Amino acid sequence: MLSTIQPPRYLSRFPLRGRTKSRSFHILSSAQPVTKTCFAADKSQILSIRDSLLNRHLSAVELTHSYLDRLKQTEPHINCFLHVSDPDKVLKQAQDIDDKIKRNEEVGPLAGVLVAIKDNICTADMPSTGGSYILEGYRPPFDATAVKRLKDLGAIVVGKTNLDEFGMGSTTEASAFKVTANPWDLSRVPGGSSGGSAASVSARQCVVSLGSDTGGSVRQPASFCGVVGLKPTYGRVSRFGLMAYASSLDVIGCFGSSVADTGILLHAISGHDSLDATSSKREVPDFTSQFTYASSLKSRPLEGLRVGLIRETVDAGVDSGVKSAIEGAAAHLEQLGCVLKEVSLPSFSLGLPAYYILASSESSSNLSRYDGVRYGNQASSDELNVLYEESRAKGFGSEVKMRILMGTYALSAGYYDAYYKRAQQVRTIIRKSFKAALDENDILISPAAPSAAYKIGEKKNDPLAMYAGDIMTVNVNLAGLPALVLPCGFVEGGAVGLPVGLQIIGAAFDEFAKHKCLLNGFFERNL
Amino acid sequence: MASTLFRTIQIHPFLLYPTALFSRRNGVLYCTMKSSQTQTATQEKQQPPKVKVPQHALKKTVDKITRDYEAIIGIETHVQLSTLTKAFCSCPYNYGSQPNTSICPICMGLPGALPVLNSKVIEFAVKLGLALNCKLSLNSKFDRKQYFYPDLPKGYQISQFDIPIATGGYVDLDLPLEFGGGHRKFGITRVHIEEDAGKLLHSGNGDYSQVDLNRAGVPLLEIVSEPDMRTGIEAAEYAAELQRVVRYLGISNGNMQEGSLRCDVNVSIRPVGQSEFGTKVEIKNLNSFSSINRAIDFEISRQALLHSQGQSDQIVQETRLWEEGAQKTVTMRKKEGLSDYRYFPEPDLPEVILTPEYVDSISNSLPELPEAKRRRYEKMGLSMQDVLFLANDMNVAEYFDATLSSGADIKLAANWIMGDIAAYMKNEKLSINDIKLTPQELAELIASIKSGTISGKIGKEILSELLAKGGTVKGLIEEKDLIQIADPVEIGKMIDKVISENPKQLEQYRGGKTKLQGFFAGQVMKLSKGKANPGLLNKILLEKLNGQS
Repeated sequence: MLSTIQPPRYLSRFPLRGRTKSRSFHILSSAQPVTKTCFAADKSQILSIRDSLLNRHLSAVELTHSYLDRLKQTEPHINCFLHVSDPDKVLKQAQDIDDKIKRNEEVGPLAGVLVAIKDNICTADMPSTGGSYILEGYRPPFDATAVKRLKDLGAIVVGKTNLDEFGMGSTTEASAFKVTANPWDLSRVPGGSSGGSAASVSARQCVVSLGSDTGGSVRQPASFCGVVGLKPTYGRVSRFGLMAYASSLDVIGCFGSSVADTGILLHAISGHDSLDATSSKREVPDFTSQFTYASSLKSRPLEGLRVGLIRETVDAGVDSGVKSAIEGAAAHLEQLGCVLKEVSLPSFSLGLPAYYILASSESSSNLSRYDGVRYGNQASSDELNVLYEESRAKGFGSEVKMRILMGTYALSAGYYDAYYKRAQQVRTIIRKSFKAALDENDILISPAAPSAAYKIGEKKNDPLAMYAGDIMTVNVNLAGLPALVLPCGFVEGGAVGLPVGLQIIGAAFDEFAKHKCLLNGFFERNL
Repeated sequence: MASTLFRTIQIHPFLLYPTALFSRRNGVLYCTMKSSQTQTATQEKQQPPKVKVPQHALKKTVDKITRDYEAIIGIETHVQLSTLTKAFCSCPYNYGSQPNTSICPICMGLPGALPVLNSKVIEFAVKLGLALNCKLSLNSKFDRKQYFYPDLPKGYQISQFDIPIATGGYVDLDLPLEFGGGHRKFGITRVHIEEDAGKLLHSGNGDYSQVDLNRAGVPLLEIVSEPDMRTGIEAAEYAAELQRVVRYLGISNGNMQEGSLRCDVNVSIRPVGQSEFGTKVEIKNLNSFSSINRAIDFEISRQALLHSQGQSDQIVQETRLWEEGAQKTVTMRKKEGLSDYRYFPEPDLPEVILTPEYVDSISNSLPELPEAKRRRYEKMGLSMQDVLFLANDMNVAEYFDATLSSGADIKLAANWIMGDIAAYMKNEKLSINDIKLTPQELAELIASIKSGTISGKIGKEILSELLAKGGTVKGLIEEKDLIQIADPVEIGKMIDKVISENPKQLEQYRGGKTKLQGFFAGQVMKLSKGKANPGLLNKILLEKLNGQS
């Protein structure tokens, strides 16, 4: 399978490489050899950008130009962005960084890093619609904490990315505004709901991006688009400024083209925030100091690491191509020294119904604020109830309405115990079973999705089939655990094959600490 | 509800300036704030009804009918907490500020905004829970109560549903003597925390409404009573006692006119002797203790009349509005079954966990509460009339206690405060905190009179100066040379002078017109500038007037 790997057509059609000098700026192409194992620090674009800037090999303006040009070329075909920042403003920020470097002033660790932000994360100076018509043109008066932290560290926001309305969907087709294509095959979906953020990194329109993950919305599109996606532990990153879908499950996550980049991004946005009562006060360890370089690697760098392959995730219902990619990855982990065994999580299949009840219930409440009274699109009416009904009927798409209806039903008097309460009990069982599995294993692995990217429109009218695609990821949200998805192979499809992602699940708040594997990128393949 | 108004708010969320309606309201409020002294239900100024409704004849028959029925009354009280900032954001709240000037993304319910609990809210709730003798829930949580209304920015109210922070308490109170007096104990079902909604300002012609979100997110404690009250006065006194408790605790200004203390009353009646409850009716818009009292009595009569006329089926579960002008309750809305608020645990807020140490520390910091104060005053030997007067207002009680701790005599201190000082406050429309006389000086004044340093009369005279201007008793006595003259020789000299200057009157006196003694005494007192010891003066005067005859 590996022999068939070629860069996506897009990348060869719009090569970026010519604009950059030296090896310090890795925008990969077919010229680069495909190796089985790469290492965090070597592959990080953020680190190489920093290196290039500080060594004056490249200016931030040059770098920004190259990304903006590529964005301009590729965007009409992929449609990642709902809003692209004013290029002059972006270049101005880049110029400021160059000026600082020229004056030998300190620049932030993310200086010059172009970052795209999912449109359900608030940004003060640009529209934030959540992909919903009801918030068309809405501009928040504040930056989400995660965005603020990125800006403070020197990152430049390049635009707002497309998504399924309010994060509800797995294809990005449920956006009120546009359909995003998968850069590997334009006839296919990028996954969702963070499809725009995943595709923009995959198409190299930006260095890294922020998404949000309520039931897999970072990990599944990462798998579909062949990039690295990181879902942090619930509470690791402030949700302040993230438009709530299901508050007890929502997390802001990271996309990058390497594990190290998502790690650096996560480190930048992590930590307690006094504006989010559910954000953890745990210290954020300095993960970047634990980077390993290829030169310092032992032959079996993961010696003794206990890896559990979740049996239920490679059972029936999973594409054979996906299955063999995961098995290949598992074998590779063994070669690196891991102790691999299968673990069974009997409650695994309960996750999907529990997730859809809890997420719908919370969303029915969280979306109540979109009533047309204070902001957003408002239907014109002389009567209050009509104003509510019309504003919401016209403002929300059908997927959102369906989930509001399901959630309202589940919370209604007489049904609460049978649905919401029971789903919470299931959640407790799932959490316990993951805890037990992670007591015996350092990490758990599974596919990120049962299949690779499918065709646009293929599951649009079959919500149950689409929901079933979330089986690999929702349990992790219910358990609140961190998980990383990284490309581990390909299946046939499209012109060049379609990427498959491996999901690595760690114990709560273990993104940085115990399991080097999770963030140190011992296990990465070039795409 | 026209869209124009909402548009205005949407476009200029921070720049909405008050309408004429609002400034007029401000004027009214300013006055009511001035007169916000604690009063019991009975002390409250009776606002005469503009329209006289119950005719005397009718009232008599109704009274007769009412005697056959027993009323069951329960009260839900919302107390607005006087925290510096709102419950879940850092906006300050000041009553009467310009609409939409105390708002932020959080209390406006903007997308992505999250609530963070103000820990003072928990502290205040624990204080009230303890003061109302409740059992505290060491593990409680917040829930969302969901409904749509333009004054509710998030589409849900953060509240507490199945695990309130405090349950199962009671409140003790003493009924005023005018109403027969007596001690009462009323049960408290629960106390829970919730956030207030904004306010709708309706235009005069009803064309549109405007939303003011200043109040949205202000912390409230809802106190639900057991259905233990039986009369309007009991209910009013229950509310008055709650007001005292929250003021003593310093957790709310308890002001009813401002809406800091809001009571919704449930009233049902049943024939005396019947054990099951009748259909209950909720009454809203009760802006004073006396309106609570009168609204309930009206409602009891209305229901009793319907019962006695065989029309008890006309008593339906509904919300009625008290109309102050007409002095009656009118239907506001009939309940169409139970509304489903779809409560579920608030996922944005962690559980509220109280440690026993925390509860103890709050418990130890509680001030003496009204009931304890009343019992203490009673034990000091004060009459119930005095006890109620002094303990009803926390500031008066503090003043009284401070006067006592400066060594003043209990009864004398009570008399001064309830007499001359209260009269002065009433005339000048001042509260006890506004007067310049300190409790220490009041104690000094009382001591000076008791020791004979100054006369009672002079005491009263300098009191008004002390009340208005302050200063010390000693200073004033010295400055004005007011020390009582108790030297018989000096008084004798003055008497001699007066007698010698009034030979005609002396003659008349000795001719039998002994009433003239008063005249001589007055003249001598005048000569002494009021400082002569009256007893001594009269004794010597009498001797001198009669001695030479």
